[in-house]
Amino acid sequence: MSDAATALQGMAAVPRAHVRVLADPRPAARSAYALAAPAFVLMLMMLIGPLAGVIALSFTDYQLGAPSFAWIGMSNYHEMFADRVFWISLKNTLTYVAIVVPGAVAFGLGTALLIQSGAGLRSWYRTIYFLPVMATLIAMAIVWEFMLHPQFGLVNGLLRAAGLQGHSWLQDRGTALYSLCVIGIWQATGFNMVLFLAGLVSIPKHLYDAAEIDGAESAWSRFRLVTWPMLGPVTLFVVTISAIRSFQVFDTVQVLTKGGPSKSSEVLIYTMYTEGFEFFRSGYGAAVTVVFLAFVLLLTLLKSALGNREVHYA
Amino acid sequence: MTSRARTLLWSATRHFLLLAGALAMLTPFIWMLSTASKPQTEIFSSDLHLIPYHFALWDNLRIAFGKADLARYLLNGLIVTVSIFGLQVLVALPAAYALAKLRFLGRDVLFALVVFCILIPPQATAIPVFLLLHKLGVLDSYAALVLPFTISVFGIFLMRQFFKTVPDDLIDAARMDGISEFGIVWRVMLPTAIPAVTAFGIFSVVAHWNDYFWPLIVLNSEHLQTPPLAVAHFRNNEAGTNYGPLMAAALVIIAPLVIAFLFAQRRFIEGITLTGIK
Amino acid sequence: MAEIEIRALRKAFDGAEVLKDVDLTIENGEFISLVGPSGCGKSTLLRIIAGLEPQSSGEIWIDGVSADGVRPSARNLAMVFQSYALYPHLSVFDNIAVPLRMKRLSALERAPLVGRLMPGRRRTERIIREDVERVAEQLEITPLLKRKPGQLSGGQRQRVAVGRAIVRQPRAFLFDEPLSNLDAKLRVHMRAEIAQLHRQLKTTFIYVTHDQAEAMTMSGRIAVMIGGELIQVGAPAAIYEDPRDIRVAEFIGTPKINAFPGRIRGDGRLEVLGHVLHAATSAPAGECRVCVRPERIELSGSGIFSGTVVHLENLGSEAFVHVGSEGMNAPVVARVNDPSLLPTIGASVGYGFVPDAVRAFDAGGKRIATSIASRIERPREVAVV
Repeated sequence: MSDAATALQGMAAVPRAHVRVLADPRPAARSAYALAAPAFVLMLMMLIGPLAGVIALSFTDYQLGAPSFAWIGMSNYHEMFADRVFWISLKNTLTYVAIVVPGAVAFGLGTALLIQSGAGLRSWYRTIYFLPVMATLIAMAIVWEFMLHPQFGLVNGLLRAAGLQGHSWLQDRGTALYSLCVIGIWQATGFNMVLFLAGLVSIPKHLYDAAEIDGAESAWSRFRLVTWPMLGPVTLFVVTISAIRSFQVFDTVQVLTKGGPSKSSEVLIYTMYTEGFEFFRSGYGAAVTVVFLAFVLLLTLLKSALGNREVHYA
Repeated sequence: MTSRARTLLWSATRHFLLLAGALAMLTPFIWMLSTASKPQTEIFSSDLHLIPYHFALWDNLRIAFGKADLARYLLNGLIVTVSIFGLQVLVALPAAYALAKLRFLGRDVLFALVVFCILIPPQATAIPVFLLLHKLGVLDSYAALVLPFTISVFGIFLMRQFFKTVPDDLIDAARMDGISEFGIVWRVMLPTAIPAVTAFGIFSVVAHWNDYFWPLIVLNSEHLQTPPLAVAHFRNNEAGTNYGPLMAAALVIIAPLVIAFLFAQRRFIEGITLTGIK
Repeated sequence: MAEIEIRALRKAFDGAEVLKDVDLTIENGEFISLVGPSGCGKSTLLRIIAGLEPQSSGEIWIDGVSADGVRPSARNLAMVFQSYALYPHLSVFDNIAVPLRMKRLSALERAPLVGRLMPGRRRTERIIREDVERVAEQLEITPLLKRKPGQLSGGQRQRVAVGRAIVRQPRAFLFDEPLSNLDAKLRVHMRAEIAQLHRQLKTTFIYVTHDQAEAMTMSGRIAVMIGGELIQVGAPAAIYEDPRDIRVAEFIGTPKINAFPGRIRGDGRLEVLGHVLHAATSAPAGECRVCVRPERIELSGSGIFSGTVVHLENLGSEAFVHVGSEGMNAPVVARVNDPSLLPTIGASVGYGFVPDAVRAFDAGGKRIATSIASRIERPREVAVV
């Protein structure tokens, strides 16, 4: 063997104790547990535990303040599925989602496209459209309520000025839910717009040049060839987020209509709230929550399934 | 049509459409301001006008502050959101650092749990957490408002993603200097992560300032009300009579966030957009 | 095949002039490179030719017809981008087919579901398929047709981008720094491929690059642009041997040409670093710069200049010696053909060059003609008493 090899062997024979390893993993691991412990404990206490708890509760007849409770199996669910109000609540919620999500996504996308298509006043428009997202929904809902006032509201006033008839928007069971939908779209558009703007900005400019040279002359053909496909992941995300947030609708219902008139605007979370926190029927309220969770889970799975199909690399 | 004329026509169309939409977005704000500035006689009239004949904003504000302790409620909002964010930072940053930079058994499991928890909607855990707080006897207090939110899994996720981009050398250098792992979190990671922490802060403050659901559930006492609760209460009490002061109260409630937003729009929008970058 | 004329072209962005009065005629079927440092305006010029940007003033004429107001796709030019600009969501086949579909199918036929039902579409699609497959074979990318760009290597994407250009049978090809994103070895390989492609297609190639070696090795003519101006156009050899502006001399050639500060004496002889050369000029007396290529600098003890070796670069096949001299801000670089004869660092060396190697430029950077001293007759300046 050469001298070099022998020398190397000699070095390798030096006892380990003399060689100080810079990052000895053991103390760091101890610290890691200490650092992560508060978060872990709180996660168990406030998130994972309660999640398991709500599922478990749905199989009990527990009421707040009661000394004990019993396991009643699927009774809550039987009651729920037999309850006319539950089905109305579910239908209303799905209607709300079906109206608000396309509306807010379409307006958000349209606004983002319009803003990006020109250079003037971009940040002004962005700010104005984002304002409804920032302003406390309850406060703005109350403003909307006044705007929809049958006698003195702005909406009816403008309609009358145009020669049309006003309407009792929030007091009529035919229109209450849809009025809430309008407020929902108004509030969510700005949020979606911002997400779409971020997506639009990340589309490589050269793709538009290539499209132009390849013959995509109209704005529509450029949209179809470049913009829409490249926005795919963002669109999926926006739709999912919008849907989940729409499922959570509560504030406007609780303050403006209380689910009425005649349950025409009763929605899932409002039902859960009344059962769980006004009647304090914790078990039954938990069952409603589980239904709500099922839908959210469904949406999330749908997004994962669709999202993994198309991942674009530029 | 020449190219120049075509561009001009498109520019005009674009502005027209965007302005129409902007008007729709702003109308409630404008109407709120207008109504808050009108005396009752002008509000309860079928004559629709924007500019009040008699400017009554200060009167309405005085009545609003008289009927409801708005200053107190704003203060509550401030106390609650600042406490929540402060505690969130204390809990999330060390955990994020551990997840990003340290090796330990169960790290991947913990991270998977974090991602899982992000998917849990807040309303889903409401009933059990409420029962828990009831058992602890802390309902109807600041603790009830703050405690459940001290764990922000989204914050942990966000900060972990950011911490991963910090060079390992920086941390090794700190270790060589004798700084403890705990110290590293606050003296090395935090200073480099100010933009991410700011975004996190904005996201947290906005979400909790505007939260109506949870305070509604856990509070009974009026003096603890947060801004959304306060304005809902006001509306319930006034029951369709005092719209002027009601609009003025709404104005006061949304003012802090809106003003902050107008001053730092880019940061706000970045903060909210970060929810999109997963 | 296209002859492209650029007349008096100007372009300004936000008040800054990016192109200043460019005049250039590109011959039918030639391979011409637009070369220059970053920011010199070459990409802008290419985009204006393509129709992606409007010019501020001046004209582009393609085959004798003004291109003013003509949309890019109607100019029948094809472009290959630095980032390839392949549609990430389409397969390689669909990527190459895009320009054909855009041209041969009407909007209705391209509509997502309805289009399939349109009569005649089947036949057109079949022809498109044949065209695409023919091009794929030519570029040897047939096995990749079903893949998406994200699954291809850099070199493969490059070929797909070229394929998309070829399939249109354009009048001219515009290349915008297409090899910049590739690693060095692949770049050298692709240079040969593109040159070969030009020989096969015999179409006009306009090639933009900041890499002067690329331009030198691939083109029939080089157009050197600096600061928005077209400074010199000519064959690579001419540009190299006969630069008309000092900026061209310094940009073309690696290592950079050596620039000695000097002056023109009253008798026309050139003087550099205190030594009078055997080169002379008829240009008026004054400051000048004398440039000599590294390969023309001879290291020898009898050289009229001297200095100290400050740095050595031994490339194996050849070597470069950097010599620090009095009066020179930067070391003089000399090429040595036999690395075994290298001096050591710190050694004193002498160097010189023949008058024929001199390229002189006046104070304004313009080339001054020089020749061997004995041939210049210049009246001696006589003191007037």
